[in-house]
Amino acid sequence: MVAISCGIVFLAILFSSITGKGLTAFQQTEIRLEVFFDEQAIDPQGSRDAAILGRADYQGLIKESLRRAFPGVKARRDKKELYRLASIGAGYQLRRMVMENPGLVGKSVTVWVLASDDVDMIAKGVIPVDARPEVRRLSDRQMEWVGTLRQSGRLETRFNTTLFTAGDSREPELAGVAAAAAGSLMAILVCLALSFPFGVMTAVYLEEFAPKNLWIGFVEVNINNLAAVPSIVFGLLGMAVFLNFFGLPRSAPLVGGLVLALMTLPTIIIAGRVALGAVPPSIREAALAVGASPVQAVFHHVLPLAMPGILTGAIIGMARALGETAPLIMIGMIAFVVDIPGNFTDPATALPAQIYLWADSPERAFESRTAAAIIILLVFLVFMNLLAIVLRRKFETRW
Amino acid sequence: MLKKTLTLAAMAVIGFGGAAQARDQIRIVGSSTVFPFATAVAETFGKTTAFKTPVVESTGSGGGLKLFCSGIGDQYPDIANASRRIKPSEVERCAGNGIKDIVEVKIGYDGIVLANSRKAVALNLSLRDVFLALAKDVPAADGKTTPNSYVTWKDVNPTLPGIKIEVLGPPPTSGTRDAFVELAMEGGCKSFKWIKALKKSDKKAYKVLCHTIREDGAFIEAGENDNLIVQKLDANPKALGIFGYSFLDQNTDKVQGSVINGQEPTFENIAEGRYPISRPLYFYVKKAHVGRVAGIPEYIAEFTSKKAWGAEGYLADKGLIPMSGEERTEWRQKVKALVSLTM
Repeated sequence: MVAISCGIVFLAILFSSITGKGLTAFQQTEIRLEVFFDEQAIDPQGSRDAAILGRADYQGLIKESLRRAFPGVKARRDKKELYRLASIGAGYQLRRMVMENPGLVGKSVTVWVLASDDVDMIAKGVIPVDARPEVRRLSDRQMEWVGTLRQSGRLETRFNTTLFTAGDSREPELAGVAAAAAGSLMAILVCLALSFPFGVMTAVYLEEFAPKNLWIGFVEVNINNLAAVPSIVFGLLGMAVFLNFFGLPRSAPLVGGLVLALMTLPTIIIAGRVALGAVPPSIREAALAVGASPVQAVFHHVLPLAMPGILTGAIIGMARALGETAPLIMIGMIAFVVDIPGNFTDPATALPAQIYLWADSPERAFESRTAAAIIILLVFLVFMNLLAIVLRRKFETRW
Repeated sequence: MLKKTLTLAAMAVIGFGGAAQARDQIRIVGSSTVFPFATAVAETFGKTTAFKTPVVESTGSGGGLKLFCSGIGDQYPDIANASRRIKPSEVERCAGNGIKDIVEVKIGYDGIVLANSRKAVALNLSLRDVFLALAKDVPAADGKTTPNSYVTWKDVNPTLPGIKIEVLGPPPTSGTRDAFVELAMEGGCKSFKWIKALKKSDKKAYKVLCHTIREDGAFIEAGENDNLIVQKLDANPKALGIFGYSFLDQNTDKVQGSVINGQEPTFENIAEGRYPISRPLYFYVKKAHVGRVAGIPEYIAEFTSKKAWGAEGYLADKGLIPMSGEERTEWRQKVKALVSLTM
């Protein structure tokens, strides 16, 4: 009882600290700017060629708009401070808008652009307004500007969609988990496609058909041992076999999935054998009595009845694989990946790896993003475990 | 159903096997200190050019150069970041695997700071204080050494406060540790005349004396994660931490840098070489991969452009201490011509 309540208290502390920190990352401060898409600056010849539109200096447009919003700022040094209010991602934002809709050129549009991470930290109150200038990383003038923007309703915190649509970035306000989530998903798919059929087949063979001899005993002991091998060892194995011997690409979700499959295989085999063993012998005997062959008895009667238990084991194994980082270190999936992977051999990272990378970043705004990524991973895990429970409830047969 | 899954899985495996093809994306490995800078350049490079964003892995300087030197081909990285210069042994290893031409690029400097919590008073240390507080053996009477028995900073130097010596630092695999030992420990060690003389007579004994850190609990290895050290300092105001300048720069609300030899660890002091514990940062390019993997010269050009590594560039915002104007011009010319490294 005491142990359980202690556990619950610590869990509550962990969750409240993570959600407390992480929730701010789901919000992002944005600044409303009046942007004039100057044709002279973007496309002087008026060709509307994608290459020319892509190369234009969009950050310059942001600077221009900021200067117009604060006409009093003249000195070079002050202007520089002013430009720091907007994220360097703001330029990319405009670039994307123009690439999607070249008709914007020559028009004046109101745009909400990303604020820089320092402004973001102040606006959300993570760093107090009255902190010393070197602490809050904004000068008195910048604070004044932020105050003006806020009073005139040109500074707002809004839902942070970047977090879900972007890959990793060095700028906290541009960083997202999409690349890592895609990498995790692909690795898990590969892992499932390999470990589930092989795991179930092995379990069926060992439980139903294998003769009781020394060799099978040896195999069983090894499977049980494999389930207890530390995951970093599987990473080393993956590096030696898949990368060095088979020459598969580094950081690929395919290799990640293969390594995770090796790791989950014993879990699925053990869960599968337990589930098969729990099916009463009377089912088998009844099937055999009405003339079914042993193979038919197992595949038509025993296996379907054992499936809920096998699925539960498989999903819990997958959930563990999803949260695994150690084997991924060795195969290079702990990497800075911006582009969202499109196929199984593209470089990718995984959700836990992304958490690790962000936790190691110096920028303060990454602290809340780390917590947000943890929340996202936890939501995934809770969802998978729920699925396991639902499947078991729905299909469980009582004898 | 089971059979179908199995066939699908088998087909999938065969399909993936055939999908491996030539690489069109730069691969970078190496130092965790250079990682924030390399990723910033990689990101800008990916967003402003038609090339794919390079993949950057943080493996540590030694681990990165090991991978880098494993061979020529698509499965090996093109660029290795390092927070120290490549060692002759690593150049030999590279040459042994057919990598004869390596282009060295110096990107700037990094300061190593000794910081403590803002809740405590800032320390004013000399390199000699640092050495005496952290060495395994300290000089006693002329030409002799005794095991380090200093417990508080006051024992080391009477002008320092009487707090316990407790320093959190990186493990021996880290480039930061190498640089700290070479610059801070050896710097303080050399300040004893007879030890300096020892360097000429018995280099090995000199190295052992100057480079060995005490193991009695005063120096705590805190892992490679510098954020963790900052958090621990915040929780324990008596402790001092060793990490890169960029982490001090980003966490000035929690920690403050100690003054070393009368110099504060500020951007200007490190850039102008006044602050004693600063080191150069590098990356190394495999010349055989230039032309084989698309975008390498362009990546180098982005890294060595004024808007990146210049005094006002975006890398300076990330905490890199830029080189002087002349030094940058010199390196840019050397790198543009892809001049191979000679040790």
